[in-house]
Amino acid sequence: MSTTNPTAPTGKAAAATADWLDQRTGVGVAVKGLARKLFPEHWSFMLGEIALYSFITLLISGTFLTMFFVPSADEVTYTGPWTALQGTTMSAAFASTLKLSFEVRGGLLMRQVHHWAALIFLAAIVTHMMRVFFTGAFRKPREINWVIGFVLLTLGLAAGFSGYSLPDDVLSGNGLRITDGLIRGIPIIGTYLSYFVFGGQFPGTAIIPRLFTVHVLLVPGLILALVGLHLALVFLQKHTQFPGSGRTNGNVVGYPLFPVYTAKAGGFFFVVFGVIALMAATMQINPVWNYGPYDPAPVSAGAQPDWYMLFLEGALRLMPGQAEVVFGSYTVPFNVLIPGLVVPLLLLGPLAVYPFVEAYATGDKREHHLLDRPRNAPFRTAYGMSILAEFFVLVLAGSNDLIATHFHLSLNDITWTLRFAFFIVPGIVFVLTRRVCLALQRKDREVVLHGHESGRIVRFASGEYVEVHTPLDEHERWIRVQHEPVRPIRIAPAEDSRGVRRPHYRSDVRRQRLSRLFFETRVEPVTPAEYAAAQEHRAIATGPGDAGHEQIVAGTGDHASRS
Amino acid sequence: MKSLAVRRHDRRAPIVLLALALVATGGLYAVLAAPSRADAAPLPGQADTTTGQKLFEANCATCHGMGAVGTAIAPSLVGVGAAAVDFQVGTGRMPMTVSGPQAQAKPVQFTQTQISQLAAYVASLGPGPQIPTADMVDPSKGDPATGMAVFRTNCAMCHNAVGAGGSLTEGKFAPNLWHTTPTHIYEAMLTGPQSMPVFNDANITPQEKRDVIAFIKQQGGTQPGGLDLGALGPVSEGLWAWVVGLGLLIGAAVWIGAKSS
Ligand code: HEC
Ligand code: HEC
Ligand code: HEM
Repeated sequence: MSTTNPTAPTGKAAAATADWLDQRTGVGVAVKGLARKLFPEHWSFMLGEIALYSFITLLISGTFLTMFFVPSADEVTYTGPWTALQGTTMSAAFASTLKLSFEVRGGLLMRQVHHWAALIFLAAIVTHMMRVFFTGAFRKPREINWVIGFVLLTLGLAAGFSGYSLPDDVLSGNGLRITDGLIRGIPIIGTYLSYFVFGGQFPGTAIIPRLFTVHVLLVPGLILALVGLHLALVFLQKHTQFPGSGRTNGNVVGYPLFPVYTAKAGGFFFVVFGVIALMAATMQINPVWNYGPYDPAPVSAGAQPDWYMLFLEGALRLMPGQAEVVFGSYTVPFNVLIPGLVVPLLLLGPLAVYPFVEAYATGDKREHHLLDRPRNAPFRTAYGMSILAEFFVLVLAGSNDLIATHFHLSLNDITWTLRFAFFIVPGIVFVLTRRVCLALQRKDREVVLHGHESGRIVRFASGEYVEVHTPLDEHERWIRVQHEPVRPIRIAPAEDSRGVRRPHYRSDVRRQRLSRLFFETRVEPVTPAEYAAAQEHRAIATGPGDAGHEQIVAGTGDHASRS
Repeated sequence: MKSLAVRRHDRRAPIVLLALALVATGGLYAVLAAPSRADAAPLPGQADTTTGQKLFEANCATCHGMGAVGTAIAPSLVGVGAAAVDFQVGTGRMPMTVSGPQAQAKPVQFTQTQISQLAAYVASLGPGPQIPTADMVDPSKGDPATGMAVFRTNCAMCHNAVGAGGSLTEGKFAPNLWHTTPTHIYEAMLTGPQSMPVFNDANITPQEKRDVIAFIKQQGGTQPGGLDLGALGPVSEGLWAWVVGLGLLIGAAVWIGAKSS
């Protein structure tokens, strides 16, 4: 970018090249615009970058791996250096993974870089998504970008799963076997679908080359394209910012993309790459030589998927096995379908459409470029936390055997506890989170109206004791009062003034019900009038000479006056 | 992070030390015990049996009954053989102290001579599996590749792919095998302690048992690729990815954010 930036103090040759390019493409205007683009500062805005950089790391290390990996189920006999497998028959895929690990120079490091990067990629996507969710960054106009992001999440899962299945070791085979079971569980078409996917009876020889295409071409291609779109939209729509003095819905306060942000972002790439490389160099991951080549017979203790699939494993482990129903000559295995399809759909589906649901409940059609503080959206925060809690319960269930051995507990007790937890914990977390949010909002009100407690007690001549409160400065105060109250929508009555029934009344009632669910319990932000009243009270109580007569304008719900 | 590094350091040091100690004792044991074992195995001396009986009556009879015929709380030991006693007492499981889901391995309470005497006594009550000779359990004579194949089909579902241990139902568990002596591994297969099945010589031949020992003895040492994180599989890897990986990266993000404002 620097070579084409006409304003950068570059050498003559660079300037000449830039000029040459500019005269032919007119790129200068675009670059100028890009370079001046502002990007607001907050550490949580870098979570998306972590995802991006770990994805780039995945591409680099993955390209290296494709040069040595053999995507084939052909049987070979191992003759390499790992003694514990010498003479064992295995697929060419597994043998080439061993070769990568023990014979290719740098191969093991690259394998480990690739796998650690994959775990961190998905962890970063999830934390990035949490950031976007809890701050309400998905509100208009960013709903589409949220949906793109959601598709990226599912593609990330697909990338991880297809990659995990490639080396054809016992764990990857187990994972595929579970997938096969899931596919077969689908009523009517299941068996056909399984034959279609595996090219015949499981495991067959077709699945590894197919997965390879999916893993190195299809999924990364889609991710790349969608990441491009995702970032283009972030650019076009500008990044959101946290509320603060000087920041409005109509401006962006931050650093220019060039040079400050490019330098930082570029540097951060090396930090991400460095951390992944450090982990890969010191911590073993997926030692396939310990698991051995896939063979349907052995299943080992500690056979689990990577962490991002653990919730599915957990759901399967929690589900009682008896829920299999036989209709005539058809078996419908609800014990597989519920944990394998219904639970993930119920947990993830609502997240995909959440921006639209919330917009429907608020009835708000305006654009939002200022982020919410999570406490100011109690329903959303509580809902998000309860979904996270549910995932956590499922992840624990997926690790139940390790919990049992490490904490000397009974596996059966853990499973039963988690079965109950599955139904109870999200509710508890929801209620608790909402309470905490409301309490924090009340605390904000309190502090705005009466100032911080200073711990200094003053005794008046009359004998009265009063604690001195230090008033907030303007910036502190603004953060606590700037948000608009969101109230349940009001709807027009069922009949108009002439007693004619209104056509959309029923759907309006439904909508109002949802809106009440979201916004009935709330704490109103301090209004200017309340603030003025409190100031007057202070003035009377503490006498003249007290500071704090600034005007505040907030909480009026009057959007136009602010932008 | 610093405390993590310290802990990691601590965790590995004992393992290395233990491995060294094991090699040393194993070597000594092989040198010293091999000939006597080989001769002693078939017919224990009468003196051993009587001392063994005394030891048994003092330490074990409360549970196993006089003459080891069994009581309501503990099974009869008639016919369990010397191998069972050598394993149970040699790994510290017997004499059992606390009752729990399964007898726990504890510090061994008897000397090797006393254990042999107890074993001789129990073996005299009825024929049962013998203590293997040093040659039968010598890892260097086994083939780890066959051992791995046998281990994967017979043991990994309980003990994990590399013998790191795993959980069974109701608080029972299959222990980690990395520090178990070759003789005890052999005896465990032969006698099937508690929830573990018996693998007699028809299931797994003596040669295959030695192969399994050769495989197990290769595990738990230094692995290619760095710290093995307990060899517990993807769950521990995921935990480390979140704690170390994402932890460091978010730390860096916060730091960069703080630097600029
Ligand atoms: C506190 C009671 C108690 C004491 C004391 C005790 N045992 Fe046991 N022992 C048991 C129980 C209970 C079992 C069965 C464990 C099981 O299978 O879960 C058992 C099992 C055994 C077995 C395994 C039997 C088999 O079928 O393989 C042997 C061998 C054994 N004990 C030997 C001894 C010896 C030798 C001593 C004395 C040094 C001893 N025990 C002391 C309670 C005891
Ligand atoms: C059904 C599950 C199961 C299988 C299969 C199994 N084990 Fe075990 N194993 C156990 C349990 C449970 C114990 C603990 C018994 C106790 O504490 O008395 C154990 C204990 C052991 C011990 C003693 C460890 C120590 O340090 O005290 C060894 C050695 C052992 N097993 C080896 C094997 C080998 C080798 C195989 C395969 C040939 C095998 N096991 C198969 C469940 C199993
Ligand atoms: C491959 C995975 C992804 C990559 C590489 C990625 C990358 C990014 C980057 C770099 C940004 C700008 C910086 C930031 O706000 O963090 C961003 C913003 C955004 N992302 Fe993602 N993202 C991914 C997945 C997701 C997911 C799963 C979602 C939600 C379902 C999502 C929703 C959004 C939204 C709504 C924004 C705009 C935020 C704002 O302007 O405040 N993204 N993304």
